[in-house]
Amino acid sequence: MAEPVLTFTDRGIYCPAADVFIDPWRPVDRALITHGHADHARPGMNRYLATHEAAPVTRHRLGDISIETVAYGETRRIGGATVSFHPAGHVPGSAQIRVEVGGEIWVVSGDYKVEDDGLSEPFAPVGCHAFITECTFGLPVFRWERQQEVAAQIDAWWRANAAAGRASILGAYALGKAQRLLAAIDASIGPILTHGAVENTNEVLRGQGVALPGTVRVTPETDPKRYPGALVLATPSALGTPWARRFGPASTGFASGWMALRGVRRRRAADRGFVLSDHADWDGLNAAIRETGAERIFATHGYTAIFRRWLAEQGYDAAIVETQYEGESLDTPEDAA
Amino acid sequence: MKRFVRLFAELDQTTKTTAKVDALARYFDEAPERDRLWTIALLSGRRPKRTVTTRLLRAWAAERAGLPPWMVEESYPIVGDLAETIALILPEPARDSDMALSEWIDIVRGLARLPEPERREAILDAWDRLPARARFVFNKLITGGFRMGVSQKLMTRALSRSTGIAESDLAHRLMGEWRPETTSFEALIRAPDPVAELSKPYPFYLAYQLDHGPRDLDTPPGEWAGERKWDGIRGQLVLRGGQHFLWSRGEELMTDRFPELARLTDFVPPGTVIDGEVLAWADGRPMTFNALQKRIGRKSVPKKLLSEAPVILCAYDLLEWHGADIRARPFDERRALLDALVADLPDEAPLRASPLLDFADWDALARIRQQSRAHNAEGIMLKRRDAPYRDGRRKGDWWKWKVDPLVIDAVMIYAQQGHGRRANLFTDFTFAVWDGDALVPFTKAYSGLTDAEFRKITCWVRRNTLERYGPVRQVAPEHVFEIAFEGIQESPRHKSGVALRFPRMARWRHDKPPAEANTLTDLKEMLAAYG
Repeated sequence: MAEPVLTFTDRGIYCPAADVFIDPWRPVDRALITHGHADHARPGMNRYLATHEAAPVTRHRLGDISIETVAYGETRRIGGATVSFHPAGHVPGSAQIRVEVGGEIWVVSGDYKVEDDGLSEPFAPVGCHAFITECTFGLPVFRWERQQEVAAQIDAWWRANAAAGRASILGAYALGKAQRLLAAIDASIGPILTHGAVENTNEVLRGQGVALPGTVRVTPETDPKRYPGALVLATPSALGTPWARRFGPASTGFASGWMALRGVRRRRAADRGFVLSDHADWDGLNAAIRETGAERIFATHGYTAIFRRWLAEQGYDAAIVETQYEGESLDTPEDAA
Repeated sequence: MKRFVRLFAELDQTTKTTAKVDALARYFDEAPERDRLWTIALLSGRRPKRTVTTRLLRAWAAERAGLPPWMVEESYPIVGDLAETIALILPEPARDSDMALSEWIDIVRGLARLPEPERREAILDAWDRLPARARFVFNKLITGGFRMGVSQKLMTRALSRSTGIAESDLAHRLMGEWRPETTSFEALIRAPDPVAELSKPYPFYLAYQLDHGPRDLDTPPGEWAGERKWDGIRGQLVLRGGQHFLWSRGEELMTDRFPELARLTDFVPPGTVIDGEVLAWADGRPMTFNALQKRIGRKSVPKKLLSEAPVILCAYDLLEWHGADIRARPFDERRALLDALVADLPDEAPLRASPLLDFADWDALARIRQQSRAHNAEGIMLKRRDAPYRDGRRKGDWWKWKVDPLVIDAVMIYAQQGHGRRANLFTDFTFAVWDGDALVPFTKAYSGLTDAEFRKITCWVRRNTLERYGPVRQVAPEHVFEIAFEGIQESPRHKSGVALRFPRMARWRHDKPPAEANTLTDLKEMLAAYG
């Protein structure tokens, strides 16, 4: 049998025909990057390849790197492989990576969600023989409400807090979730303040033409009293710190897929948990896998053991791959952006 | 039901006590009386009798959701709550419902009379009429374990605000063995039944831990009474109208479990209530907790056990005397009355007064504390001599100063993800000690680390998994933890031959290489010394 299109090494997912790695976690010569989150785009690679839309944030995070960019759908011949990037719907610029060698097609999903969030390039299914999928929320207890409904819940919470003279401090990842929230909420309710890490990403995205409502960066000089009834977009790790206490009486919220679980919601000790994830839910994962038409499925990060067994029962040739991707972690601060 | 579900959401959405009391008081103002009664019942741990086994619930939920049964089993430990797991996997309801909480409870209670196919129909019908959050509440009504983040104290405060009845009065009325099925809001809250009054205990006073020893106290040693903190079961003995009732701290009636205490009605006059510790007792001293443990959870006691582990009540305090509530009187006075009562008893009466410790200064008390384990005690209790007997856990007048735990350094060998609050972290670990070149597992531990440490070890486990056995990961034996525990006993069921009581991770010993962890011989020596 011919060599597989992709192999799994201790440095990351490797394509022997092209001699490139996809989202490697140790330094390599050439890395294809699905998106700019810290567990997928790591420092130390000689050369990077990403979408035009993912490059600014990746550069912002990793500094002076040698990065080449491609358009979604554009094909590149690298060694004996044909490579292309396709929208993953996870965050702006995120991609699934399609690799074709000798007529056999493998796709690496990176992180993805199937709901159109109005900000990221909407997820596009890519037909393939083998699909390497995340399964952060690969359990049937995870089923998301539509973004519109969650945004209405956040608006109602913000309005009630503003009426009671409280600030609304909302924790969300600096890259992706924060901008998605900005675009989805009703910005007319009151002023919107942002944590520095969130605002840095806002600036990068605005710079590449992403439309976001007006925000005010919180600096040591910011006087919260000048912004009564504000929504404060903070990184998860800033919740409960002196940084968050400067806003006086406040209600705290946290937006994450994990908020679907009451136990996790209570551990966070935020007043409100909003169930909003940039990862596919149970139905989303299953639909995405079905649509690829793939027979071989590799589960990378998430509830891999359970999800593999489920897929096997559905008739797939399913396996688990150990990687160092973390999916939607509640506790690893994703603040580098 | 909508009102109750809203209350549930409001309580769930805030960590602030005042907001919880506000929400509850508002609910008590508005809800119909039967819903109010059931809410009080649920918040004080009473629920309708279980009419459907969880085995059937799981099977029906899997069927309705179109999932294999194993998927429900796998999801349950991750969510940490069966009622919630089921509520989350079911499809959205097709219909709506306006029924009240108490009407849903009537449905749940009525299931007992139905044959299984009709019970199944009724449950599927309910799931099809309730949205996710209401479905969760409904499932909780069946499976029990309603924890809404509201203590009985908070509930009582809210009820007091809504009814205008004093909190202490309500606390007393809500204790004891009432059932929402057989009483009414009116009877329970407004017009108490004098016969039921007979058995009612007083709320227990609970002590806080004195973390840094008695030097933190603001008054000199002479103002404090000290006793040993006995390692048994806290109990309140109520003697009224020729009958006796023994209550646990969880307001459970334990009278039948300890039949020895029935004889006290012969020696102690009615109208007496004693706070104390039930202890297994032999040769004039308490036996280890292990001896008493055999009797816990047994509703009736075989003769053999009665003679192997006979119990007494070791009295701490006197709450009622000659029918009068004397809790407001100072500890010294209550204690003098208690001593006089006990002094009059014959030797065979199963009641002793917990001896007061003799100490001139804190150093002397510290030396007495060092001897705790030799006395089968957990540490020292300190009580302010002029303090009343309060209710609930309150700071200031009573303190416990527990003995330092036993510790052993062990190597982590297996890790498993937590559930519920800790679903996405590795928090459940198995530890081993050396037996020659081999590592022998001897305990699991789940608590003691900070959130930051759990995050750190979680990252490490992900990168250092050697083998997977279902949800359990074997990890490289690289990390040493100091395991603290309260007791040790022989256990043929465990590979190591020992079982620990309340093990937890006291410290992550970054400073220790695995080779320097303790050995099975060390563990066996601890068993010989403290088992």
